[in-house]
Amino acid sequence: MTQRLGGIIVLGLALAALLAPWTAPFGPDEQDILARLQAPSAMHLLGTDNFGRDVLTRLMFGLRTLFAVSCLSVLGALLTGGTLGLVAAWQGGVVDRVVMRLADVLFAFPVILLAIGIIALLRPGALSAALAIGIAYTPIFARTLRAPALLLRESDFIQAARAVGVRGRRIVLRHVLPNLASIVLVQTTLSLSTAMLVEASLSFLGLGTQPPTPSLGRMLAESRNFMTLSPWPAVFSGLAILLASLGFNLLGDGLQERLDPRLRGM
Amino acid sequence: MRRFGDLLFVAFGASVLTFLILRLIPGDAVQLMLGANAEATQEQIAAMRHAIGLDQPFAVQYLTWLGHALLGDFGTSLTTGRPVLGQIGVAAAVTAEVTGLALGLAVVLAVPLGCAMAAVRSPAGSLAVRLLSITGITVPSFWLAIMLLYAVSVLMPGLAVVGWVGLDAHPLENLHRLVLPVTAVALPAVASLARILRTSLAEALAQDYIRTARAKGLSETVVLVRHALANALLPFVTQLGVLAGYLFSGSVVVEQVFALPGLGRLIVGSVAERDYPMVQATILLATLVFVAVNSLVDLLYTAIDPRVRA
Repeated sequence: MTQRLGGIIVLGLALAALLAPWTAPFGPDEQDILARLQAPSAMHLLGTDNFGRDVLTRLMFGLRTLFAVSCLSVLGALLTGGTLGLVAAWQGGVVDRVVMRLADVLFAFPVILLAIGIIALLRPGALSAALAIGIAYTPIFARTLRAPALLLRESDFIQAARAVGVRGRRIVLRHVLPNLASIVLVQTTLSLSTAMLVEASLSFLGLGTQPPTPSLGRMLAESRNFMTLSPWPAVFSGLAILLASLGFNLLGDGLQERLDPRLRGM
Repeated sequence: MRRFGDLLFVAFGASVLTFLILRLIPGDAVQLMLGANAEATQEQIAAMRHAIGLDQPFAVQYLTWLGHALLGDFGTSLTTGRPVLGQIGVAAAVTAEVTGLALGLAVVLAVPLGCAMAAVRSPAGSLAVRLLSITGITVPSFWLAIMLLYAVSVLMPGLAVVGWVGLDAHPLENLHRLVLPVTAVALPAVASLARILRTSLAEALAQDYIRTARAKGLSETVVLVRHALANALLPFVTQLGVLAGYLFSGSVVVEQVFALPGLGRLIVGSVAERDYPMVQATILLATLVFVAVNSLVDLLYTAIDPRVRA
């Protein structure tokens, strides 16, 4: 149930974001100076901002950035962290110790601070934010994949595959990875949920996506300046961030429950 | 002992990584630092390079920096020219108060809420509880802060105040001004803690010793509090360390909404002004505090669970 609901939210938002250039009612930068700070109406379903731009349109384009940055960073973290975790589990010994110690160090930083540090080194922007979040999430995937991979390595069917002479790479690709797929799926979905909040926080602080690229976090930060005149842009931009994060969280939560029957009905 | 070694390694690694920030700045860091003064002469650049030790081998630079840091000298701010440690200390007190109060509030609210949630058994009720708690976990605290501030300013204009008043200057006013930010920061943590407690309570309540306790004729409250809760608190405690990090991150962003002069404002301002020593020291010190907090939570965990001690 939660899984289905999460799936519907994610799909709906993803479609709105993907199709924004064709389906958005207005252009993202189209201004109607005479219709500034309007409340929701038939013409502007979610109202307009201080430049008379359509809030719904801005949200759809902002979602594109949110999805792009979060997906890019989480996929990057999955590929690098996941590979490192697998290699650590498979090689064991010194390799394992070094990789996992490095993961411990990265993991020690509060995500937002690590991200701010990396952005300070580059420069504020959507790509820096993606890279920063990706680096901050890498140790999560290394840890998530290492533990089950260690168990698998010692399991009978892997030992059997080894005994009949299957080569290491083939074992990892054909036998280990498929067995980790569900764990990867859950962790990726839940990470997307939190990565969206981090992206929105960074943009809200002015360190993420820069204008003129539409961004929900930035939109929320800017709409604070005219809250007293019209609270709608602030309400809707925050709700959009919440929905995006919520959708992925519900999806991941439902998937996790499927995998772990002990959690059923919690 | 082994744990202490791990701890030292993580602290050492964090210091190397943070140190790298200042050295990895693309282009010439010195040029950047001299910034506004674009026509800095070769001599000025050389003097600056020498002053911050960029003309030394990397390991020497690191050791020098570490040596100073261990003595409490984290360098001087490029914007104010004053030692960064003092400014960080002042800002950290604000963030620590917000984070600490939020953690306290989260624990105080989450325990009864988690128990109440565990009492909900019907499928529809369970679903509702689950949806609500997940929504609570994902709500962006900075948005919540803005909405709370707006709602209060409309409903009770007198109560909507932003800005900082020190605890020492005026304790009551200090707390008054922190009500909204602390609530906004704490809410996602309340949802997360309550949910964890609910799951572990439900697991505990399914155990044999609970049936025994009930069979003995103990009241449901005693069974819940003395038997189930005592066992269900372990995952809750483990989560506290992780949550401290989340609450801190929440505070960093929420400070912007309420104009609180904490670490969030300090570091965001320093990034904008390219005040690298400040950024570096803030990140390192905050991270070391979290490493310490997490080790304390580990110790606490060992203290309350006799099984882990062995």
